[in-house]
Amino acid sequence: MSALLEAVNIGKRFGGIEALSSISLTIQRGEIYGLIGPNGAGKTTFFNVLSGVYRADSGDFNFNDTVLNISAPHEVAASGIARTFQNIRLFANMSALENVMVGRHVRTRAGIFGAILRDARTRAEERAIHERARTLLEYVGLSGRGDELARSLPYGDQRRLEIARALATDPHLLALDEPAAGMNATETATLRRLLERIRDDGTTILLIEHDMKLVMGLCDRIAVLDYGRKIAEGVPAAVRKDAKVIEAYLGGELA
Amino acid sequence: MNLAQRLKSNPAAVWGGIALVACALLALPFVLAMAGTTWVRVTNLAILFTLLALGLNIVVGFAGLLDLGYIAFYGVGAYVYALLASPQFNLHLPFWIILPIGALAACVFGVLLGAPTLKLRGDYLAIVTLGFGEIVRIFFNNMSQPVNITNGPQGISRIDPFSIGSFSFSQNEVILGLQFSGPIKYYYLLLLVLIAVIVINLRLEDSRIGRAWQAIREDEVAAQAMGINTTRIKLLAFAMGASFGGVAGGMFAAMQGFISPESFVLVESVMVLAMVVLGGMGNIWGVIVGALLLSFVPELLRHTVDPLQRSLFGHLIVEPEVVRMLLFGLALMLMMLFRPAGLWPSRVRRRELAEK
Repeated sequence: MSALLEAVNIGKRFGGIEALSSISLTIQRGEIYGLIGPNGAGKTTFFNVLSGVYRADSGDFNFNDTVLNISAPHEVAASGIARTFQNIRLFANMSALENVMVGRHVRTRAGIFGAILRDARTRAEERAIHERARTLLEYVGLSGRGDELARSLPYGDQRRLEIARALATDPHLLALDEPAAGMNATETATLRRLLERIRDDGTTILLIEHDMKLVMGLCDRIAVLDYGRKIAEGVPAAVRKDAKVIEAYLGGELA
Repeated sequence: MNLAQRLKSNPAAVWGGIALVACALLALPFVLAMAGTTWVRVTNLAILFTLLALGLNIVVGFAGLLDLGYIAFYGVGAYVYALLASPQFNLHLPFWIILPIGALAACVFGVLLGAPTLKLRGDYLAIVTLGFGEIVRIFFNNMSQPVNITNGPQGISRIDPFSIGSFSFSQNEVILGLQFSGPIKYYYLLLLVLIAVIVINLRLEDSRIGRAWQAIREDEVAAQAMGINTTRIKLLAFAMGASFGGVAGGMFAAMQGFISPESFVLVESVMVLAMVVLGGMGNIWGVIVGALLLSFVPELLRHTVDPLQRSLFGHLIVEPEVVRMLLFGLALMLMMLFRPAGLWPSRVRRRELAEK
């Protein structure tokens, strides 16, 4: 195994609050890496820094053996990191299929003249985009729902559609921000199988999740954040027994 | 079965319908000419405004960027044409060279306006674009000193009409026994350009770029996360919209033979925007309906309000212009109440408004 993403001393402040304090972690190729911690621990901030939404105050990301340019979100997507959002951010009034087709944007090229002239190459590209989007919908279990509006899909399906859209960018790293939030047990089980399949098909996954059963059962390794600091890292079995982790989750007095 | 499916299963009916519409459009100017050449001119201006509305629809309807200074691009196109084909500098370049130059110039102005305003949204963007539109007009107004470029408020006159070789678009001509007046010739040219613009719009909408515009309109953060360079794609919308405005402006200058800064005031921007909004933002057919309605109805009023009052009361009580604004205001109010997404909204817009 080799490292896919290395975060080195990532720091981020919001005014007087230190949201991330010198976070370093390494994600290996082909693993599912969990990022957990109590609310406000800095998990989503870490995601936002990684995906270029916020700018880090310090630190670097090494991704795929080069320094990641996180100056703009679209650059990050182009280098092979795709993300989903904690509060679903689909293109609500576009169809499910169109949502996934938008995901292909970064891997396709047709410009304004291609669009107007519709030359052979553009037409072939459009067909390929269409084809790939359909395949991905099927992959996440949404075949036959391509024409439905994203916002009229049931909640669990919206989460899976977001994953399909992210996968359409051909990511090396798929970063999921609480994909199981609001899902019932059956939906979570389906999601778990999907994530395992994505990993087995060669995409590394970074997972923020509150569902401990899912995290402990699914992740190969886990990092725990609390108040912007990494307090533990390791395989689920070890993290679960870590005194600092128990303290962070249950409070000092109880531990 | 809905209409689209029924039509699909009956291609003969579709082609028949298209042929019928085509015949009607081809015959239209001659029918209008019977009522007076004025009506052909009115139709030509209506088509010109439809071109403008379709251009603005790219910016406002597709990409969701509210632009209140759109008429500036029309002005740029018109002035480029006027300066390169009039006695002003004694340049008389052919129109098929100037129109692309005008489109390019407008495109550059579109990028100039777009680049600094990309971070703005909604109302703020509207205010800046409004200011931009006014600045461009004031430039036209004042660029007569120290070097006389635009001839200031007097405007530029004796602008060359379109011509190919000895075939001029401004002269009367009898072809195959039919009387082709200048406006009728322009009508056919405008019709051609309109069809081209419609095709371009339809193709843009259903393309990688079109989807990116829609995605930005829906959720800019998510669009960026999907790798869309929102800066570039928005600039592209401004540039495309502006180029259409530039072409329309060039045609306007040639048809009128005279332009002055007065043709490019804020009210014109508002009018074009009203066409887009009234017709249905984002839906090409709706925008066309809106543009035609707002172009023709005032003309109809102009020709009916005055005689009607005179025959009823013996003298004029309310000026046609006042009636026009009254009805315009009323129409917009009724629309906001009963059809907030426009007369013929795009499916997406209708959903967006239903959601709120």
